[in-house]
Amino acid sequence: MIMDNGLNPASENNKEYVIRLKDIVKKFYIGRPNELEILHGISMDVKRGEFVSIVGPSGSGKSTLMNVIGVLDKPTSGTYYLDGINVEEADEDELSDIRNQKIGFVFQTYNLISKTTALSNVELPMLYAGVSARKRRERAMELLSLVEMEDRAKHLPEELSGGQKQRVAIARAMANSPAIILADEPTGALDTKTGRLVMDIFHKLHKEQGITIVLITHSPELAKETERILPLRDGNIIYGGDSPDLSAV
Amino acid sequence: MLFKENVILALRSLKSNKMRAFLTMLGIIIGVSAVIAILTVGNSITKNVTSMMNGLGANDVFIAVQEKKNSTETEDEIKALKVDGLNFGKSSSSTKMQQSDYITTEMIYSMCEEFKDEIYAVNIYDQLGNADVAYEGKKAKNSVVGTSVGFYLSNSVDVVEGTMFSPSDFDEGKYTCLIPTYTAKRLFGKNYKDAIGQEITAETSYGDVLLTVIGVYKTNGRNGMMMQMGTSIHSTYVPLKTAMALDHSSGQYSFFQVSAKDGINPNSLKGKVKSFLEPYFRNNARYTVAVVTYENILNMFYKLLGMITLAISIIAGIALLVGGIGVMNIMLVSVTERTREIGTRKALGARNSSIRAQFIVEAVIICLIGGIIGVVFGILMGNVASYFLGYPADPSILGIVISLGVSSAVGLFFGYFPANKAARLNPIEALRYE
Ligand SMILES: Nc1ncnc2c1ncn2[C@@H]1O[C@H](COP(=O)(O)OP(=O)(O)OP(=O)(O)O)[C@@H](O)[C@H]1O
Ligand SMILES: [Mg+2]
Repeated sequence: MIMDNGLNPASENNKEYVIRLKDIVKKFYIGRPNELEILHGISMDVKRGEFVSIVGPSGSGKSTLMNVIGVLDKPTSGTYYLDGINVEEADEDELSDIRNQKIGFVFQTYNLISKTTALSNVELPMLYAGVSARKRRERAMELLSLVEMEDRAKHLPEELSGGQKQRVAIARAMANSPAIILADEPTGALDTKTGRLVMDIFHKLHKEQGITIVLITHSPELAKETERILPLRDGNIIYGGDSPDLSAV
Repeated sequence: MLFKENVILALRSLKSNKMRAFLTMLGIIIGVSAVIAILTVGNSITKNVTSMMNGLGANDVFIAVQEKKNSTETEDEIKALKVDGLNFGKSSSSTKMQQSDYITTEMIYSMCEEFKDEIYAVNIYDQLGNADVAYEGKKAKNSVVGTSVGFYLSNSVDVVEGTMFSPSDFDEGKYTCLIPTYTAKRLFGKNYKDAIGQEITAETSYGDVLLTVIGVYKTNGRNGMMMQMGTSIHSTYVPLKTAMALDHSSGQYSFFQVSAKDGINPNSLKGKVKSFLEPYFRNNARYTVAVVTYENILNMFYKLLGMITLAISIIAGIALLVGGIGVMNIMLVSVTERTREIGTRKALGARNSSIRAQFIVEAVIICLIGGIIGVVFGILMGNVASYFLGYPADPSILGIVISLGVSSAVGLFFGYFPANKAARLNPIEALRYE
């Protein structure tokens, strides 16, 4: 299985940490005249069961960092252990499996599959995991009631409000009981009241289920609700990490 | 099983874009329906002709007056046949045959005398051409053919109801006839026992003739040689003398048939007959005789069949190619439209192979549905065409299976490239796609 992929139990594989980033650099247009370094050597840890927020102004590299954490993208340099797995060594299929098993994405724009019911959307990660149809259905209904969307199970995304879509998306993120939920501006497209509702769900999941959550936001108010804030500015984390490398910039 | 989900997904995607799906399928539908229609008609023709061929005596030699093409080609009538196809024995419409161009009764008699140890029977035919045969308002297309006593001897037909012509029918030129089962069913219904003794009207180009049905026969093939392009294969037979009285011919024939005795090689008889008859036409500027054996005809038929098959294959190939390119095009559009969806699926843990399978299944489903619609249309068209040709329609099961198989293969082939493009999308770029 993917779990024993390049894993070093002695040092980095500390079960206490879900995420261990060390000196992560991300560059675009490598080797070209317009080479662009967005992340300048980020180190940060997230402990199991933590609710952490990454805040920073637009363009500071929040989404870029999230893509690295969510193994949608590989860093240019640096090491990254996700739930004890050295991500660098994983091939493309293994990365898919890691995303499938370890990570639950919640996007600003919901990204529900259109023309596909809420229920089927929630089932999707389990489908890719090879869960049987009956178990998929059971778990999906369970998750939908967790986000209070069970009565909309058969509805299409087109028939749901923004807040409702985001709740379905959160249920979907939870499908395979991931090690971490990564939410990139989950309330960005919602009004304050609906945003509040979504935040409440995150708090509930964190408290009741002990889910590890990394929330990316540019709203300091929302960030304050979380246990720890990691401020990101111009590709550097300037405060809040507990890694000794994190000297302020 | 992901396969099932992919099929459901593909059907849903098609359903949400019905018009586009239909237009995409059109190429496949047209290609497959054309092929199935041609195969249905071709198959029924083949079955008919083959059953006739099987009945054709291996001992039979066929002699026909044929236009001289040029000096070299008339040397080898098989070569001429290749050019002329089924025109064997057919007089060209542009040049009317003169009295002196025909084979005469004298020629046939002296030929029989010459080779009496080798010839078992001679069948002489006098064709009255196509005619509607009618009974109480019901009609069937037939060709009306006068036939000789040899007809009887060489067992050209199997009489299933009533009787064969009696010698007096031949001698007196009675207005009696033998009709094929096809015609009997058309005129008298399934239970055509009642046909015997009834009077039917043959609307020939020499006028309407009342004929008494004395027998119903099942084609066993020897009469199949009478088939020419434009002439119905269903022949109503009348005694030779009757036919000659109708068209006022006096012992002149453009076509006749010789059966070799058992143990006689028809090919050697063919050569002898040819060299015997050719001198009669030596001074004829326009006509000569062509002689072929059953074997020659069979080869000719298979050659023709091969050509038709090749033509069908080419049509099918082009149609499916065009259809396939259409499918590829629409799949590329679909991949682009659904870039974000693909990104999302990848974020949720879809492997590249899952994405690829999803789009390949969609392409295959498009083609398969197109193929099924094409098969249905094709069978319909084939049935209509067969109906007008007067053959029982016979859809080719193998053709249908192969068509659906090829349709799926087209989907697989032309769907692979777009599906692979989708599979290899960078997840971040796909998620950022507007
Ligand atoms: N694929 C890419 N190619 C080139 N540049 C990129 C790419 N992705 C991000 N960038 C650049 O990296 C910088 C950080 O982008 P990122 O999306 O991470 O910002 P962000 O903090 O999420 O901003 P926002 O709050 O507006 O979402 C931007 O200047 C952006 O132009
Ligand atoms: Mg962003």
